[in-house]
Amino acid sequence: MSDYKLDYLDQLESESIHIMREVAGQFERPALLFSGGKDSIVLVHLALKAFRPGKFPFPLVHIDTGHNFKEALEYRDNLAEEIGERLIVRNVEDTIKLKHLAEPKGKFASRNALQTYTLLDTIEEFKFDACIGGARRDEEKARAKERIFSVRDEFGQWNPKLQRPELWSIYNGKIDKGENVRVFPISNWTELDIWNYIKRENIKLPSIYFAHKREVIEHEGQFVAMSKFVLIEPTDKISVRKVRYRTVGDMTCTAAVESNATKIDDIINEIIATKTSERGETRIDDQVSEAAMEDRKKNGYF
Amino acid sequence: MDILRFITAGSVDDGKSTLIGRLLYDSKSIMIDHLEAIERQTKNRDDGEIDLALLTDGLRAEREQGITIDVAYKYFSTPKRKFIIADAPGHIQYTRNMVTGASNSELIIILVDARHGVIEQTRRHSIIASLLNIPHVVVAVNKMDLVEYSEEVYNNILKDYDSLAGQLGLKNVTYIPISALNGDNIVDASQLLPWYKGDTLLNYLENVSLADDINLTNARFPVQYVIRPQTEQLHDYRGYAGKVISGIYKVGDAVTILPSGESSRISMIELGGKKVKEAFAPQSVVIHLRHDVDVSRGDVIVKDEDIPLIEQQIEVLLCWMDNKPLIAGNKYLLQINSSRVRCVVKTIDYKLNVNTLEKDLSPDKAGLNDIIRATIKTAQPIAYDSYQKLRVNGGAILIDETSNVTVGACMIQ
Repeated sequence: MSDYKLDYLDQLESESIHIMREVAGQFERPALLFSGGKDSIVLVHLALKAFRPGKFPFPLVHIDTGHNFKEALEYRDNLAEEIGERLIVRNVEDTIKLKHLAEPKGKFASRNALQTYTLLDTIEEFKFDACIGGARRDEEKARAKERIFSVRDEFGQWNPKLQRPELWSIYNGKIDKGENVRVFPISNWTELDIWNYIKRENIKLPSIYFAHKREVIEHEGQFVAMSKFVLIEPTDKISVRKVRYRTVGDMTCTAAVESNATKIDDIINEIIATKTSERGETRIDDQVSEAAMEDRKKNGYF
Repeated sequence: MDILRFITAGSVDDGKSTLIGRLLYDSKSIMIDHLEAIERQTKNRDDGEIDLALLTDGLRAEREQGITIDVAYKYFSTPKRKFIIADAPGHIQYTRNMVTGASNSELIIILVDARHGVIEQTRRHSIIASLLNIPHVVVAVNKMDLVEYSEEVYNNILKDYDSLAGQLGLKNVTYIPISALNGDNIVDASQLLPWYKGDTLLNYLENVSLADDINLTNARFPVQYVIRPQTEQLHDYRGYAGKVISGIYKVGDAVTILPSGESSRISMIELGGKKVKEAFAPQSVVIHLRHDVDVSRGDVIVKDEDIPLIEQQIEVLLCWMDNKPLIAGNKYLLQINSSRVRCVVKTIDYKLNVNTLEKDLSPDKAGLNDIIRATIKTAQPIAYDSYQKLRVNGGAILIDETSNVTVGACMIQ
């Protein structure tokens, strides 16, 4: 019977495809939130396996903060064209202008929190009832407690105390009009699983995931890319270093790690050896407070 | 490499959080930034030791109230296996969370405090393990350091639990003496327990055989979604997307579609867009049928030689998970895999005392965390197996149509 055994990556893949197909089966107007980061790239790859030769039962949606890496945006546009799926882009910039929102201030001012406004507006505009996202439970302790089908109220808010029990592989996506469900098909994957899968499936990634030379500002031991979005001060320590990105978010709040890894095997080795978590090493926005993610989620964030 | 999903049962007092913290810490799955955050929080402690329990610490909402709201999932891996831990709070009021965590677990670690032995809580956790039919049980006798690593104390607990396991029909029970706090027998064998010759906990978790936990005999394929590209080249393409939850399907197999009872044969199977000759649990695939039969979401494709039960009236053991009570006569939606039907809970036959296994034979209603036996009538027939025989096709949830909330977990008898 040993022929009928699935490797752990196959098990994870099958679980994620099952979840995506539940979305297709249970919702009228789902969407896949695509950021250009590795996790959402893996989601697209899984969707291809789940729905081809049919079309995706959802568009790709990108909430563009305007602070993205150009490599990630190029990748996004190329991918959408290559697979022939619809891409919807909505800009945080427009929301700021339209709603007279205050731009965040400070050295590494992040539009991360403002993203939620644009996301909620986009959900309303297209009447999305389910939004698939690439969050993983190993990333952060608030995420560790969120359901795979996470019901949000009409303000997009997560209430950790009122979560539906999620039993077996049965997903309850029943909602009232105006509510929506955030769905996380790769909840059970870790960072290392993602990289091993990218390697196995030979998935293309934006170039910034691999080591490259970049002008960076050193800030409390982290390296942030020089860009027009960062407030540069005379005391800043600026240098050119060989770096790669472990996560791809906004240029203002994502730090690079020093690395010589130009191949996927090198990256996997570095991740196995690393002693710092993905978000801890690269996300400046999480370090604001102990409960930064929990608070954002309660306000409608992913 | 494969995956083991397990649940830990016990309260903070039993050292459950310490145990999980210890597994993560000793298997080097804790990242420095997380550890530093904990060190900051433990600075005030007298002994200066890191409080491993804080590694499983949750949300601010929980810290403020000093409770654990919910099941948290933790991940670690060794070269042999990837582990997914469902960390569920163990107090009496959280039966619902334990049932939730247990539903997806292949193994349960039941923590027993060596000083107290088998107590009411141990019994409750074991009853839930047996109701949810978790294939493997590890009884971790913790705090051996506080009973001077006594073999006699350990043996007495073993004897007590053995009789409980017999009563509940628990199979595959393994005992391990540990001290989560000191790391005895967690990853490395303890020098202080020379009389114990078995595996350390991690060793056992790495090597326990999971081959029999996936049923490859009774083939079940619930259809989730129909793929119909309707393009010129793929005009006739009609694929049934779903997951093989049990068994093996081969091209050419004679199949029946349930609940309609129509028959056909498998003409093609696709896995990730590639044609394959066969598919087995738990693969997600697309199945094509030779005939143009009516198949839609919620139907189950099974092989002719092994048909599940098809009924409109079922007996269930039910864990009630809502604040509003369940009263006989109430109507709900019943969801089993991808199939959802209206139903009515006709009668509540008895309520089970999860501490003693005694039955209350005339309950008027069921409240949050109650486990009852009930009779349910469904509006359409459902295709199911008994939960004890086939977990993946014998579990169902009840959904309150007015609140949309999942209010009950059914183990169909």
